[in-house]
Amino acid sequence: MFGIPMILINLVIAAVAAMIWLALNALVLVYCERKFAGHIQRRPGPFEVGPHGALQPLIDGLKLMSKQLLTPDNADGFLFWLAPILSMIPVMLLFMPIPYGPVLTGMEVNLGLLLILAFSSFNGLAVILAGWGSNNKWGVLGAARAVAQTVAYEIPLLLTVLSISFMTGTLNLSEITAQQAGFIWDWNIWKQPLAFLIFIVAMFGETNRAPFDLAEAESELTAGFHTEYSSMGFGLFFMAEYGYMVAMCSICSVLFLGGFYGPFPGIEGWWWMLVKTYALLFLMIWARWTFPRVRFDQLLNLNWKWLLPLATFNLLATALIMKL
Amino acid sequence: MAAQGSVVQKEMLTAGAHYMDPPIVNIQLAQDLLDVCRSMSLWPMTFGLACCAIEMMATGMARFDMARFGAEVFRPSPRQADVMIVAGTVTKKMAPAVVRLYEQMPGPKWVISMGNCAISGGPFKIKDNYNVIEGVDTLIPVDVYVPGCPPRPEGLLEGFFQLQRLITGKRWWPVAAEVKG
Repeated sequence: MFGIPMILINLVIAAVAAMIWLALNALVLVYCERKFAGHIQRRPGPFEVGPHGALQPLIDGLKLMSKQLLTPDNADGFLFWLAPILSMIPVMLLFMPIPYGPVLTGMEVNLGLLLILAFSSFNGLAVILAGWGSNNKWGVLGAARAVAQTVAYEIPLLLTVLSISFMTGTLNLSEITAQQAGFIWDWNIWKQPLAFLIFIVAMFGETNRAPFDLAEAESELTAGFHTEYSSMGFGLFFMAEYGYMVAMCSICSVLFLGGFYGPFPGIEGWWWMLVKTYALLFLMIWARWTFPRVRFDQLLNLNWKWLLPLATFNLLATALIMKL
Repeated sequence: MAAQGSVVQKEMLTAGAHYMDPPIVNIQLAQDLLDVCRSMSLWPMTFGLACCAIEMMATGMARFDMARFGAEVFRPSPRQADVMIVAGTVTKKMAPAVVRLYEQMPGPKWVISMGNCAISGGPFKIKDNYNVIEGVDTLIPVDVYVPGCPPRPEGLLEGFFQLQRLITGKRWWPVAAEVKG
């Protein structure tokens, strides 16, 4: 068509769709989070703005956009404003190789899993830049914590993903999904239960979510790495956080819960993916409002003393079984 | 002595620091819409000075639940807050911190002075007062005063409604019926 290669058109549509999907999810998740928090604490949560408070996230977003943008005097202006953008942009790329439905894949990539793992590490870099660029002691402390945490939790995450790809023999997410077609007992969660548990815990650590949200611990660090960000600088970090949550939960449902396949054959479709992703997101929100924040040494001990050896063991066991 | 003190304190605010650029495109409808948005998501700062803060916390808890009006997002960083609730006695030692936090908030920003101490010094407004600022409005501009010692959570919520009326020029929620007998 007009000499434009089809793949390019496909890619542009997928990128726009990923952006819309991200923004929409951020709105829905902010609402869900505040509403669930309310109900968990026996109060209604946002209620008066729109029916049952449904307009609340939209109104909050508009308000954040209309706030004053401040750059602190001693901050490095370029790095300071680069950080939220660098945090936001890679999230959109994460959605490209994920198969959301039988024909709903942004981009068929043979190394899809590798692409996702590579780009999800950008968040750590963005957090360092935010903490360092804002020239604020809370920011630097928050960034230091975030880096120690994301670097540590990435290793068990990689090892579990590796054991899945050992088992399936591919890094292509569509193929991993296709291998789980059939009944509910064909899903990878039954073949790799330990990997699933490790993935879930590492997912909390990777996305800086409570109980592992030490990078932005309010009681100790004001707001951590985004202390100095006002207006949409803060808004972008917030959206990126929700974006990473959605991406991680989508990947978890592709790797372990059969992706877009239902519990028995013949009913596959994008709605299964949506149901599974949102069930995992609900788990994350539920955990946030149930568990207290852990101490930093506990956080790292859990990772280095438990998750990493278990993930290594799991990988070796998988390799052994696949060889036999 | 107290009067002299307050004159000195008022100069703590940095001159010209609260200048905000006028909007580049000034469309009345858009401004009104933004005002409604601002009034419906007033994020207070996590900031309590004395016993009034306990009532402020109670307002956020299950029985009164500020979250219904979208105001439960207590932001720990002043950069992300919209409204500062000065909840309690402002001592002379605390005054510079209050002013600094006010100045660190990005505009548009509002201040609710909660409780008698913050309004006028309350029970500390005596002849021998040596350490309490008699009214936080001697330090920073205040938009809404919520009297009481301490005000009940309903009082603080009413203060929020008044602030919403101040921003949008309209009262949004029904007035509570007066209890007779």
